[in-house]
Amino acid sequence: MKKATSTTKLGLAEMLKGGVIMDVVNAEQAKIAEDAGACAVMALERVPAQIRAEGGVARASDPAMIVSIQKAVSIPVMAKCRIGHFAEARILEALGVDFIDESEVLTVADDEFHIEKASFKVPFVCGCRDLGEALRRIAEGASLLRTKGEAGTGDVVEAVKHLRKLRTQIRRVSVMEVDELVAEGKNLGAPFELLLKVKETGKLPVPNFAAGGIATPADAALCMALGAEALFVGSGIFLSDDAPKRARAIVTAATYWQDADKLAEVSTALGQPMKSVQAASLLTHERFAERGR
Amino acid sequence: MRIGILALQGAFEKHAEMARSLGHETILVRRKDDFESIDGLVLPGGESTVQLKLIVRFELEWSLMRFAVAGHPILATCAGLILAARTVTQPEQRSLGFVDVRVARNAWGRQIDSFEAMSDEGHPLVFIRAPRILEVGEKVDVLGRFRGEPVLIRQGNVTCATFHPELTNDPYVYRLAFRKSQANAVAQPKNDTHAPHA
Repeated sequence: MKKATSTTKLGLAEMLKGGVIMDVVNAEQAKIAEDAGACAVMALERVPAQIRAEGGVARASDPAMIVSIQKAVSIPVMAKCRIGHFAEARILEALGVDFIDESEVLTVADDEFHIEKASFKVPFVCGCRDLGEALRRIAEGASLLRTKGEAGTGDVVEAVKHLRKLRTQIRRVSVMEVDELVAEGKNLGAPFELLLKVKETGKLPVPNFAAGGIATPADAALCMALGAEALFVGSGIFLSDDAPKRARAIVTAATYWQDADKLAEVSTALGQPMKSVQAASLLTHERFAERGR
Repeated sequence: MRIGILALQGAFEKHAEMARSLGHETILVRRKDDFESIDGLVLPGGESTVQLKLIVRFELEWSLMRFAVAGHPILATCAGLILAARTVTQPEQRSLGFVDVRVARNAWGRQIDSFEAMSDEGHPLVFIRAPRILEVGEKVDVLGRFRGEPVLIRQGNVTCATFHPELTNDPYVYRLAFRKSQANAVAQPKNDTHAPHA
C-alpha cells in the first residue's frame, strides 16, 4: 500500500473537475456550500474581500475552525497557508486537510521561495498567471493549479487574462522545435523537462482551475469556456445577497457552461452580487496576484 | 461502442480518455436526450453528494433508471458506485439502487489516506477518499478483491469499482464492463426510486 503518490494527489484534483470549491469561514457556511453542491470547501477565517478591506497580516486559520468544518461536511476540506510558510502547511497536514492552497490571498511569509511541496502527503494547489509560473509550481510539487485572478474584487478580468495567457503560451510551445525549448524555458523561467512535457501533450501536466473575481454564473461559464476545469469561488458567494441561491446557480453554471438556456435560467433574480472593486483601480501593493513569483 | 460518461462533476475526462484509448466513441452526458445515442454509460468518481444533487436538480434520474433497466452496460467507479448502490452510509444518503450492495463513503479516511495497491488478483488499484463495500447481496458477483474484501463487483449489466481504473494503465475493468455479449441480465432498481424525484 503506497500513500501520497503523485497519482493519488493528482487523482483528487481529477475528482474535483467540473465542480465549484467555495470559501467558507464557519461550519454553517460549509453546510450551505455542501447543500448547494460545492465539490469541496476552502476553510479560512476571512474571505479575500474581507482581508482586502481590513488589511493587516493574514495567516493560516485557527485549527479549531478547520476541524469544526471537517466535522460539518463530508466533501473535501481545503485550507490556505501563506506562500513559503512550510510550518503552517505542516500544521494543516497534521489536521488532515484534503488539499493545501499555498495562497497569495494570505500575506506572503517568504518573498523569495515557495514551499517544497513534493515531500508533503497532502496535495497542494498554487496560483499562476502564466506558463512559467505554472511550471515552477509544478516543479515544486503542486498537484493542481489555479489562476490567481484578483481575489476579493468581484472583477473577473484578471482570471480571464491568466487563462488566456496560459492557453496562448501552451499553443506556442506545442508548435516549437525541441531545440527552441531551452531558450523558451529561460524566457519563461520554466524547467526544460516540464516544458517538453507541455509540448508533447499540448496541455499542463496537472489540472488548472479558475479563481479570483468570480461573482456570477456567467463569470463561471466564461472561465470554463476559456479552459478552466473547475472553479474556486471566494467572496462572490457569501458576500452576496442570497448566498444559497447564488451558490447553487454557480454550481449549475460550472456543469452547464455551454448551455445558454440553463445559464439564463440560473442567472435570473439572484439578488445583488458582492460589492465589487475594479481590479484595474487597485494600486500595485493592493494586488494579491502580484504576490509570489 | 458509443460510451456516455456522466459529466455533471468528477473524473469524466480521464474516463473518456481511457474509453477512447480502447477504441470506443465517447460523449459527455449532461442532458436527458444524451442517453438516446449511447450504448454504454460510465458513472465516474467525484463527489457523490454533488452528482446526486445535480441528477435530481436536472431530472436525469428517470433517464438513468431507464438506461439501467434496459440492460445497457454501466461502469460505476468510486462516487459512481455510491450512486449505484442499494444502501449508502457515512452519512446515509439516497442512491439509485442498481446493485445490491451496502457501501460506506470515505471509508479509508481522508485524502492523506488515499493509496495505490495491487488487487488480490494482481491488478493495480488507485483509491481516492474511497468507499468500502460492507455487504454484497446474493445476485452480486465479486470480480476483484483487495486483502479479501470486495472492490470490484457486478450485478447483471452494472459493474462497480471502489477504485479508479481510469487512473491506472490497466484496461481490464473496462473490458469486463463493456463486453458485447453482456446485455442480458437486468439491474433491479429499488422500488422507491422508480419515480423521478421532484
